[in-house]
Amino acid sequence: MNISEQWLREWVSPSLTTEALAHQITMAGLEVDSIEPVAGDFSGVIVAEIISAEPHPDADKLRVCKVSTGSETVQIVCGAPNARVGLKAPLASIGAVLPGNFKIKKAKLRGVESQGMLCAEQELGLSDESDGLMELAADAPVGTDIRDYLQLDDTIIEVDLTPNRADCLSVRGIAREVGLLNDMPVKVQSYEKLVPSIDDTFPVELVAGDHCPRYVGRIIKGIDVSLPSPLWMQEKLRRSGVRSIDAVVDVTNYVLLEMGQPMHAFDYAKLQGGIVVRTAKSGEKLELLDGQTIELQSDNLLIADHSGPIALAGIMGGQSTAVSAHTTDIFLESAFFTPVMLAGKARAYGLHTDASHRYERGVDFELQCEAIERASQLLVDIVGGEAGPLHEVVSETHLPVLADVVLRAARIEKMLGFQLEAKEVERILSGLGLGVTVTDEGWSCSVPSWRFDIAIEADLLEELARVYGYNRLPVSHIHADLVIPAQPETELSPRYLRRHLSARGYREAITYSFIEPGLQQVFDPEISPVPVSNPISADMAVMRTSLIPGLVTAVLRNTNRQQPRVRLFETGLRFVPGPDGSGTKGLKQTPTLAIVATGQRYTENWAMDKAAADFYDLKGDLEGLMSLTRNPASFEFRASQRTALHPGQTASIYHDGEEVGYIGTLHPTVIADLGLNAPVYVCEVELAVMLNGNLPAFSELSKFPEVRRDLAVIVDKSVASAELMSNVRSAAGSYLTDLRLFDVYEGKGIDPKRKSLALGLTFRDQSRTLSDEDVNLAVEQVIDLLDKNYNAELRN
Amino acid sequence: MENLNALAQEAKDAISAAEDNATLEQLRVDFLGKKGQITALLKGLGKLSAEERPKAGAQINVIKQELQGLIGERKSSLESAAVEAQLAAETIDVTLPGRGQSTGGIHPVTRTIERIEDFFSTIGFDVVEGPEIEDDYHNFEALNIPAHHPARAMHDTFYIDETTVLRTHTSPVQVRVMETQKPPLRIICPGRVYRCDSDLTHTPMFHQVEGLLIDEHSSFADLKGLVEDFLRAFFERELQVRFRPSYFPFTEPSAEVDIQCVNCGGEGCRVCSQTGWLEIMGCGMVHPRVFEYSKIDTEKYAGFAFGMGVERLAMLRYGVNDLRLYFDNDLRFLEQF
Repeated sequence: MNISEQWLREWVSPSLTTEALAHQITMAGLEVDSIEPVAGDFSGVIVAEIISAEPHPDADKLRVCKVSTGSETVQIVCGAPNARVGLKAPLASIGAVLPGNFKIKKAKLRGVESQGMLCAEQELGLSDESDGLMELAADAPVGTDIRDYLQLDDTIIEVDLTPNRADCLSVRGIAREVGLLNDMPVKVQSYEKLVPSIDDTFPVELVAGDHCPRYVGRIIKGIDVSLPSPLWMQEKLRRSGVRSIDAVVDVTNYVLLEMGQPMHAFDYAKLQGGIVVRTAKSGEKLELLDGQTIELQSDNLLIADHSGPIALAGIMGGQSTAVSAHTTDIFLESAFFTPVMLAGKARAYGLHTDASHRYERGVDFELQCEAIERASQLLVDIVGGEAGPLHEVVSETHLPVLADVVLRAARIEKMLGFQLEAKEVERILSGLGLGVTVTDEGWSCSVPSWRFDIAIEADLLEELARVYGYNRLPVSHIHADLVIPAQPETELSPRYLRRHLSARGYREAITYSFIEPGLQQVFDPEISPVPVSNPISADMAVMRTSLIPGLVTAVLRNTNRQQPRVRLFETGLRFVPGPDGSGTKGLKQTPTLAIVATGQRYTENWAMDKAAADFYDLKGDLEGLMSLTRNPASFEFRASQRTALHPGQTASIYHDGEEVGYIGTLHPTVIADLGLNAPVYVCEVELAVMLNGNLPAFSELSKFPEVRRDLAVIVDKSVASAELMSNVRSAAGSYLTDLRLFDVYEGKGIDPKRKSLALGLTFRDQSRTLSDEDVNLAVEQVIDLLDKNYNAELRN
Repeated sequence: MENLNALAQEAKDAISAAEDNATLEQLRVDFLGKKGQITALLKGLGKLSAEERPKAGAQINVIKQELQGLIGERKSSLESAAVEAQLAAETIDVTLPGRGQSTGGIHPVTRTIERIEDFFSTIGFDVVEGPEIEDDYHNFEALNIPAHHPARAMHDTFYIDETTVLRTHTSPVQVRVMETQKPPLRIICPGRVYRCDSDLTHTPMFHQVEGLLIDEHSSFADLKGLVEDFLRAFFERELQVRFRPSYFPFTEPSAEVDIQCVNCGGEGCRVCSQTGWLEIMGCGMVHPRVFEYSKIDTEKYAGFAFGMGVERLAMLRYGVNDLRLYFDNDLRFLEQF
């Protein structure tokens, strides 16, 4: 909310600089976002009147004006289209300084002398744009300094109010705070109540009294809407960010800003029968003041007359009953609509008005009569007319009831950490407008109607802390018993995993959890992802079912930036809908680890292999992680197929027999479609299985020597080495302590359908030196197995 | 005996001139071997008189030993010269870069979260995580933000359906902990959160760390102390910290925490919009209604909560000037951490 400092100081004026005042209210919880002067920094500008305006002899668009400054007449050359005889406008005479330290000097324009400059609002820093000279009121006193005339030595203080402080959405509300903080009384603006001069009233029926417990109306007849609102009012509105429309609208806006009570004026001649406050019926429509016609919902609160809806209650009036230039009689409305009823309603129609902003947060429910009296008096002063009596309709049972709130002295100490003197407590509470009664335990407080946010003891504690000053409250340190927490050694931390991957050359990435739907389908076409119902953009519209699309996109972005070698990993949730495939029922949010690699095996180095990385580089890195669990044997890789991956270079990963992930090479068509230009290797695995390890378990070191035997066998290419190794391991018997596949050969000298595997078998026993016979027997069993199961031939 | 001296000199010269082991060996044979010239002299001692013999024998033996010693010295000197020559030949450029895999790195957001976790776990806070697709109850209602509460407008929520959202903060994790564990509680909840907002200073996804402490004797004073300590530890300097009254539906009293600008030290600069202060986190005493939702006795227990944006902390700590870099995953950015 924007508030004029001058206006505030009419209510309460502590001897503080603008900055000090802003700091004070900021530190009380009304955060000041900015402080702006209402006008630019200028001097020497006065009110002047154009006496004559003749065409410039040598320029079509310029005029030569004689301008009265009150004491003399000067000649000004001016290009503004609205420079006309009789207009009063600001004149920067010789010696004046305009914003930006622009000094006005005597000048010649196309050969004609000009003794100054007539100014537009923009040139004085009063607005951001203008399309001609600033037009001053006809009664503006010629010769007066414009700063004095418009009272421009003022600042606009922009306060960013939290939703609980609706009571501060007015000059009066902020003045109350400033008064309390400075221990000063707030001036009550006095005005005389209007004595009704006519008897006319208009019927009001509260059908929805639960949503509108109070409605106050008044007829004012015979007004002259052609009369403008006074300069002081226009200036206050302007400084609060509200445009002046006509006197009627200006007055209702003025009262809203001054007191916080939204009001509306209907053209009385257009009303039929009487006011009915009710909820909408299905199918009803309403054309609003902004021109849009809306279809009403049954939970919309309406102001209707006997012809139908005429206003969206508390949000915006309707076009059909709007005050126009022809209006002579008006019906003024000042009502209390409940916040619960109005919450979210304006936004549902894309609206946000000064009225809806206040009603949603809550308006003082005892303010309506006072506000309408204030508005009537202002209106009659400005546009004349005869006012009827106030007509107040109340649904007593629905008016808010503010219960007394108890504050215990002991709670102050418990919650704030110190004892606040009773005198200070009472000063603050009564300063807030609360009625304070001392009790045995502390105080009982009645709450004023504008502080409907105060309902429980914690509310009072906050008020005490806030007004006393958060930064004056004590500081202490928490105390707790020192207890050693459980730290299961078999649980690896994700941190450990990340460090390990980092040591292997991978960089951690963080990609968005929502991705482009098309990209999701490229990788997981069999899963329909969870859509975001209000995505920020089309490429962030569904929740990822895999981390791979995001990482591959990051790879692409880097390779496009001349970074051909990319190693990335990410940990995070992936979101897979339940078996029925829709909604959030059965939705799984699974912590997942994903790794991608592309480009050279090593960063470019004089001594290193320049070859491109392949499947086995990534697999090796993944196996490195698996061995961190001390139970790598619980993992198993099985050849499989998967959309978006190369059919011959993909494996599913199993952990204790359960499928937990996959590893593979991106399918060449996916590589091409995504615009990548080199193979990309990816893997994705459930994080939990990577973090669940075994305790180290010692086994005795043998004192006896080991025996190593190497075997080279030729088997079919289709033989899965892991399976072969596993069978060899069982066949070799209990002396086998290590089995390695130390060479794989395909090509020259071997049947093209076959491959050669070289196995290194190490044997050892705990209790004795193995004899040749022991080892030979084991090796024979292995050869036997290879022969029978794999049709293997032994190479020599 | 002139003969002996001349012979000795000849041998010495030859030994010191020898350039390899073979020559030395030959010299040894020539002079000291069975048929060597010195050996011959020894053999010739018999021709001398009994008086002359011991003296001459002693002289020859002195020479013999001297020559043996010289051959040995020469031999080891030749050997060490050979070793030195070999070592010299094996010299490498030790300034060439080493071989092997280059080291990767941790994302600055994770790095920052880990640091925050460390500060708090040192004083007994547990780290807890939770779902990111969250129900309305845990994200809002149990935190005293009922439907249509104006505070919901502050959150710019992404919806999945009417009752399911992408969590707008990590506070729902706190609710889940309060539902299942009894006080005293000390937890921090790091993680991704989502708000429907994207511009220079907002990304639709970002990270928060929120903390919660509940016990029988915690107060706003404790909260202030903890927050101040944390911020000073995090930025590793004696920062000014101030608490400003604010509003969160789930805490009361609530505060925004400002720190003295870490860029200008409070003088006023571009980073702090000339104010000298940076808004860094929110905090407050847990609202009694939040306790009621989780069935925690509001008379017995008191608690406080705090929350901070990780990206912002990392920006200030490392001088990152563009929020969007965090999720762009440009290697040139990631390599800096």
